[in-house]
Amino acid sequence: MSSKTSETTEGGLAATQATHAPAAAAEDERARASLAGLPHAFISAEGAGVPLNLGDLWGYRELLYFLTWRDIKVRYKQTLMGVAWVVVQPLLLMLVFTLVFNRFVRSGEGAIPYPLFAYSGLLLWTFFSVSVSSGMNSLIGNTSLVTKVYFPRVFIPAAAVGAGLVDLSVGAVLLVPLAAYYGVGVTPKLLLVPAFVGLAALLALSAGMVTSALTVRYRDLRHALPFLLQLWMFASPVIYPVGVVPPSWRWALAANPMTGVLEGFRASLTGTAFDWGLVAVPLVAAPVLVAVAFYVFRSLEDTFADII
Amino acid sequence: MEPVVVRVENVSKRYRIGALHPAYLTFREAVFDAVAARLKRLGRGGAGEDGSTLWALDGVSLEVRRGEILGIVGRNGAGKSTLLKILSRITRPSRGSVEIYGRVGSLLEVGTGFHPDLTGRENIFLNGAVLGMRKAEIKEKFDEIVAFSELERFVETPVKFYSSGMYVRLAFSVAAHLEPEILIMDEVLAVGDMAFQQKCLDKMNEVRQQGRTIFFVSHNLPAITRLCRRAVLLDGGRLVAEGSPQEVVNRYLSGSWKAGAERVWEGDDAPGNAVVRLRAARVLDERGEPAAAVDVRRPFSVEVTYDVLEDGHALTPALEFLNDEGTRVFTTHDAGEAWRRRPRPAGRYASAVRVPGNLLAEGTLIAHVSIMSHFPSTILHARAKNAVAFQVLDEPGGVSARGDYVGPMPGVVRPLLQWDTRADAL
Repeated sequence: MSSKTSETTEGGLAATQATHAPAAAAEDERARASLAGLPHAFISAEGAGVPLNLGDLWGYRELLYFLTWRDIKVRYKQTLMGVAWVVVQPLLLMLVFTLVFNRFVRSGEGAIPYPLFAYSGLLLWTFFSVSVSSGMNSLIGNTSLVTKVYFPRVFIPAAAVGAGLVDLSVGAVLLVPLAAYYGVGVTPKLLLVPAFVGLAALLALSAGMVTSALTVRYRDLRHALPFLLQLWMFASPVIYPVGVVPPSWRWALAANPMTGVLEGFRASLTGTAFDWGLVAVPLVAAPVLVAVAFYVFRSLEDTFADII
Repeated sequence: MEPVVVRVENVSKRYRIGALHPAYLTFREAVFDAVAARLKRLGRGGAGEDGSTLWALDGVSLEVRRGEILGIVGRNGAGKSTLLKILSRITRPSRGSVEIYGRVGSLLEVGTGFHPDLTGRENIFLNGAVLGMRKAEIKEKFDEIVAFSELERFVETPVKFYSSGMYVRLAFSVAAHLEPEILIMDEVLAVGDMAFQQKCLDKMNEVRQQGRTIFFVSHNLPAITRLCRRAVLLDGGRLVAEGSPQEVVNRYLSGSWKAGAERVWEGDDAPGNAVVRLRAARVLDERGEPAAAVDVRRPFSVEVTYDVLEDGHALTPALEFLNDEGTRVFTTHDAGEAWRRRPRPAGRYASAVRVPGNLLAEGTLIAHVSIMSHFPSTILHARAKNAVAFQVLDEPGGVSARGDYVGPMPGVVRPLLQWDTRADAL
């Protein structure tokens, strides 16, 4: 600042103009250099494409943790049984289905005992459907976050899945006595359990992203989704094994990525053989669906605050 | 010179009127609307935008350098909040672009993300994270935040059991410990009790001294003039004035009250009748210069210039002072002996009333001007409502009714009064 002032006072008007420009440019250069290392954001207009802002996902990662933590905390505040509900729901369903279906579903040679079969299926399915439905409601349930502060909004439905994962881990504890009771041994395949849980989480996240983004504009989904999830459950091998479906209809079952996830999850738990044909479907579909859903979400995200 | 850290280039934001009132759309309505809109457009030969869009911002350009505190003033709906939302990346501009260097913290609401079922402690962490603080940072400042809020005893209580004052205090305390390079604040100081507001203003002053850049929207015009070095005025989505806070605030007042510190009437539209025409009204500081803002401790005067068109009337100029809440602070008539009951010859007159220092409270003041006759009977010759508007600023230091007190001093007037204390031996 001082050097510029002295130059302008010493020179004439013409000289001032001549020396001013480079001095100012040099100063601008110095000023700009002092901005190096600061986070830089460029906000473009709506028409200018959909920036994915993947860097922000990393930059704000702690918030994903906090939102998940909040969802878990809030879910069991002021409840008597707290997190025990996570076990009670699939357990009761398992008892009911065992009473009703145990006789109809023939457990063949080497098949998984029905109560274990049903509980593992219901546990994973409950995780999936709760994650999707709470994911769908997550954005409209966090209006003040969406309209008052910036962070990658995808963390909101993602936190719903994250909270579901914690529930799932708690519910999985009951698998240990069940497996022990039915004499299912520990096999190296158990190491693959997290992989199938991960696939289920990715599928739930995809559905959560798309449905939550659409729900911001169209509230219809809130009425349709619980019904659709129910239908989806009966179209997935949750309470019945793939074997009961006539071979001519197997393709329809296989096309549902949750089929492969459920089958793979159970096979990993009990150490039985994989049906690779079924498992391959979610392996391919989950990453593709997540990418597509994320793009859909991002392209709608910029309008959330305006229309929510 | 400090580098430009925020560059707003030609930013516009368009809203559909329908989207402003978010009637929840259903698929059926969407399909119906889409078809109807297409038909309508066909009918009008493919005309583009119809009347259902609103430009909340219209071609706003702005540069802010590091360490600046920029005040943003304007009426409701002028686009202030939309601008802040774009700067905060909550919504994208319809046109134009924004470039930002540095971590941005937005305070568009007090306690964003607070959950009623969570305890004070839990909400400090959650709110801190939502506002962009790192977990380690929150941990480090946790005790400081709790101490600032003065809620040590309630930190393990769910915030739904807090009173609204406690809630705001906790939320503010988190916000006050936010240390972004760029802070964006929207009218958040409008809530909370006065003592706590002052505490927050002090904290903001501290933040300013650390060289942070602040965007500050407020209807509290004295706060704008006191805190900011530069201000902009938005009106109808456009940036209509930029400059020193006093100039801009004055411009805003002249727009909204249709009055500034100086008002001149020319020609036959001037208020008045066949006897008197008002010509000018001015707020003048001690040196006789027109002033949009006056120091709460210093005297100032309001001068009314008027033409007397007819000989032989005894005239009384009068002023009514109102504050920005519309409360009449006081009314004053010229009761001096010089012109009282004395018929005046035609001519131009200038009457000034001197208002002593340490009389008014800080804030915005508006004055109505009247010229009357009381003798032989009362006639109102000329009257101009909202003729001038000005600010009374509360500068620290000097001899004022504050003494050594730095907190808020509510009240319509703030006279410096004589106190006497008698000490008796016990």
